[in-house]
Amino acid sequence: MIDHLTVKAVRAGLQKKQFSALELTHAYLKRIHEHNPRLNAYISVNDEEALQQAQAADERIAKGDDTPVLGLPMAIKDVLSTKGLRTTAGSRMLENYVPTWDATCVANLRSAGAIFLGKTNTDEFAMGSSTENSAYGVTHNPHDESRVPGGSSGGSAVAVAANLCVVALGTDTGGSVRQPAAYCGITGLKNTYGRVSRYGLIAYGSSLDSVGVLAKNAEDAAIINSVIAGHDPKDSTSIHSPVPNYVDEINSLKSKIQNLRIGVPKEYFIGGLQPDVENAVREGVRAFERMGAVVKEISLPTTHLGLPVYYLIATAEASSNLSRFDGVKYGLRVNGDDLIDMYGKTRQAGFGDEVKRRIMLGTYALSAGYYDAYYIRAQKVRTLIKQDFERAYQEVDIIMTPVAPTTAFKIGEKVEDPLQMYLTDVFSVTLNLAGNCGISVPCGFDQQKLPIGMQLMGPALGETQLLSAAHTYQFSTFN
Amino acid sequence: MDYDIIIGIETHVELDTHSKMFCTCSANGFGAEPNVHVCPTCAGMPGALPVINKRAVEFSMMLGVALNCSINQHTFWERKSYWYPDLPKGYQITQYQYPMCYDGYLEFDVRDLSGGWNEQSYRKRVRIRRAHLEEDTGKLTHAGRSSYVDYNRSGVPLLEIVTEPDIFNAHEAYAYLSALQDIVRYLGISTGDMEKGAMRCEPNMSLRPKGTDAFGTKVEIKNLNSLSAVRGAIAYEAKRQSAALDKGEKIRQVTLGWDDVRGVTVVQREKEDAHDYRYFPEPDLPPLDVSDAWLDEVRAQVPELPIAKQARYQSEFGLSAYDAVQLTNNKAVAEWFEKGISAGKDEGPVHPSSFILHPFAKRLANFIIGDLTRLMNASGTAINQIKIKPAQLLGLAKLVEAQTINSNTAKLVIEEMFNTGAEAQAIVQAKGLAQVSDSSVLEKTIGDVLAANPKEVENYLKGNEKLLQFLVGQTMKASKGKANPQMIQSLMKAALERRRL
Amino acid sequence: MLTSEQVNRVAHLARLALTEDEKQRYARQLSAILDYAEQLANVDVSHVPPTATVLPVRSVVREADVVNQLLTRDEVLKNAPRSDGESFEVAAAITESS
Repeated sequence: MIDHLTVKAVRAGLQKKQFSALELTHAYLKRIHEHNPRLNAYISVNDEEALQQAQAADERIAKGDDTPVLGLPMAIKDVLSTKGLRTTAGSRMLENYVPTWDATCVANLRSAGAIFLGKTNTDEFAMGSSTENSAYGVTHNPHDESRVPGGSSGGSAVAVAANLCVVALGTDTGGSVRQPAAYCGITGLKNTYGRVSRYGLIAYGSSLDSVGVLAKNAEDAAIINSVIAGHDPKDSTSIHSPVPNYVDEINSLKSKIQNLRIGVPKEYFIGGLQPDVENAVREGVRAFERMGAVVKEISLPTTHLGLPVYYLIATAEASSNLSRFDGVKYGLRVNGDDLIDMYGKTRQAGFGDEVKRRIMLGTYALSAGYYDAYYIRAQKVRTLIKQDFERAYQEVDIIMTPVAPTTAFKIGEKVEDPLQMYLTDVFSVTLNLAGNCGISVPCGFDQQKLPIGMQLMGPALGETQLLSAAHTYQFSTFN
Repeated sequence: MDYDIIIGIETHVELDTHSKMFCTCSANGFGAEPNVHVCPTCAGMPGALPVINKRAVEFSMMLGVALNCSINQHTFWERKSYWYPDLPKGYQITQYQYPMCYDGYLEFDVRDLSGGWNEQSYRKRVRIRRAHLEEDTGKLTHAGRSSYVDYNRSGVPLLEIVTEPDIFNAHEAYAYLSALQDIVRYLGISTGDMEKGAMRCEPNMSLRPKGTDAFGTKVEIKNLNSLSAVRGAIAYEAKRQSAALDKGEKIRQVTLGWDDVRGVTVVQREKEDAHDYRYFPEPDLPPLDVSDAWLDEVRAQVPELPIAKQARYQSEFGLSAYDAVQLTNNKAVAEWFEKGISAGKDEGPVHPSSFILHPFAKRLANFIIGDLTRLMNASGTAINQIKIKPAQLLGLAKLVEAQTINSNTAKLVIEEMFNTGAEAQAIVQAKGLAQVSDSSVLEKTIGDVLAANPKEVENYLKGNEKLLQFLVGQTMKASKGKANPQMIQSLMKAALERRRL
Repeated sequence: MLTSEQVNRVAHLARLALTEDEKQRYARQLSAILDYAEQLANVDVSHVPPTATVLPVRSVVREADVVNQLLTRDEVLKNAPRSDGESFEVAAAITESS
């Protein structure tokens, strides 16, 4: 029943009474229990509550109620707070932490009648690009289970790709929605910074974090976005602009690709890019051209500076955000002889290797004597990166690039060398630094049948255009 | 040896807003059960975010205006990191580089302990280096081997006010803090209650030999729960240090606590190497701009402040400095007094024989400072809740001025007014309290008193002048207090002189 | 190359009780990362300010000073590692709070 069901198909099926939310949820739960032990997409499966939510959704549907996500079984990345449902952030530190409140985006979905199948695996505190840094095991790519699904939203990407849910929420700080979407062959939307509330999102890089959607296609992503996007008075970094009707917009009859100006930045097509990936992405660009887009080569000269800037700013912010994990109020506590001892032992036991490394790096970058040279300088270069994009968007409407230099790598291949792992983010971090939006769209497979994704980047609040372009592409190429 | 004492004071003022600085929990949790005014934001839960309380920003601007500061119209927030269980996020959101207010000053009078003005009193100016907004921490209490954390206070808006080292002795410190306390109360931005922790002061002080330039070693003093504790601690520490320096000892840079019971300072900890607070801009809060229009709106909310009122009461109404200070201690009382004054603004001639610009000002002041305050304290009533209206008290003042009643009777009348809210005139009439000023009636009463006290008359005539007052007193008694006391005085004297003959 | 003194200082600032092995490993790895970040030192940033916010918004405030209590005490204490039902309990702190 549930193979490859899209959000759209689920909503239609529920309305036409082809199945009930309860039947649907049972089917997904069964599938999860069958495949999750192998794939490890979910940290927590929410059997009991999901069935209750399904029951309630069916009652609402019977009364004629209708929302974009009513009765929709979905998954939530485990860095988003879900009331009454354990939220671990992929860490030992929060192994038994059960929030008493919902993140705003979760609350929106809950009140609209969505069903939460469970919490998906993530690199610990969203720090990672492979979902190998979780305290709850590695998640496996369903296309080749010996390979990583990407990260940090690897669990959500696998849940969608392997049909363990219809659609999932993820978060993107340096590529963590787009890159796993590419590795798993699905669509991943990164919202403009501030488009979706961060209230309830366990913070990693506060000026970079955004909530995104992992979906089977752009239309599904649009549907979910229409529920989670919008201003939140509890988040001071939340944008006021009204939320467009994404679904109507992308389905409107206007031809969205005719005369669309596409920029292809030369700095993203350099040595180190896997040939299959380059070919598939260029083919994707040509597909847009065939549909009427106007393509030109552009230059984003600060591209190579994105990684060092990202790793200084993100880790600095993270080192501060993770100071609250001290064993006093919630989470793990390891007793010590005195307070300092307790702090040290708790954090040593609660945090994994990558998290500790990033805390050390971030603390160093902020410490006396180094602050100007590292943190401030990085923020200045960030301004240059932002300006590069602003200049580019005066000439083009969207920018197209690869999502990552390669397809999914083998589990264990890069864990020993953190710097190597960081380099996989080279094409994705600049978007977060500029605060703009982006979408990862499947555009082919490599010789090993591993999925390849292409990235469409838009200016701030350009989600409608991106979703339209992606939707048109998907609609035309799949027909 | 003679030493100069150099003191700077850092004061934390808890702002009296309804909600906290960055969340919607109640900011008024003093005395409440632990952890009932707590939410994800002020408990530092994962995923929680701050949102600025506009009213707290306005309060800080009002203080800046009152302290003659420049206001930073473009500012941003910063995280100050350190580790303590009462700091739930592991960092405090504060303003480091661009405080809300800077480069101001506070002028105030340094008086003697009774508040009076004498030759030793003087006007003092202390420069305010900065005043910035931040959030308060929770409270840690200790019991045996455990400590207990209550986050009710976490996130309450705080204004941190830092002076330049312009204070030179304990009296000045007391006067500065007292003036600051008056101001925050006048502005309505804080209760200023040191006992409840709404105002916390940390003096930093050092000594140096008179006539030298180099600053001595600085100590800071904490745990001061009242203004007099501040004065006592500074005085004690100055004495202690000067004795130590005389002996050639070195002063250590330490943090001291004041033991109010024993009256001594106690070393709490050595001053460690400067903390590395790792300040950086708060990414969860965009920068804050204060428009000229907003600043003007806030300026308009700053009322006439105590020092200005005191000056005006002295120059416009001829009140003494002492009276002016008593009346302006409490803004509500001052405003009540001013209402009384304006009710009688254009009435009556200026008293020819003394420097009184407003005929009833002194009497009104006396009534308020004396009887009214006594009655309010006894019944625990605030001035805005009493039954007497300012114009009514003016009415009483007029009756006394016209000698319709004497001041003893006035005491009775004011008490009746306090209990019933009736007009003074009505009470006097109803109770027949009008003063007797008819000299023939008074002569008769005097005659009766002299006849009843022959011994005292004899002794007075023999030279015991003091007995005059006794006889006057007896006359007042006989007249049931209604006799005009000035007339009794003169008539009695005359009557006694006639006996001499 | 980060010295062990620097690593110790940073670990203490971050309250991480690292093992000797970790300290050495992080010293190496962080040095490599910081070397990589050195390329930022050569960028001309004399004419740009640091990014204060990527948002087109400033001056976000709560207009109304109104109380809205979001959690009950039970909810606040729900995940406390140790509590007496009213407060969070910890081992006695070694310094007095200010």
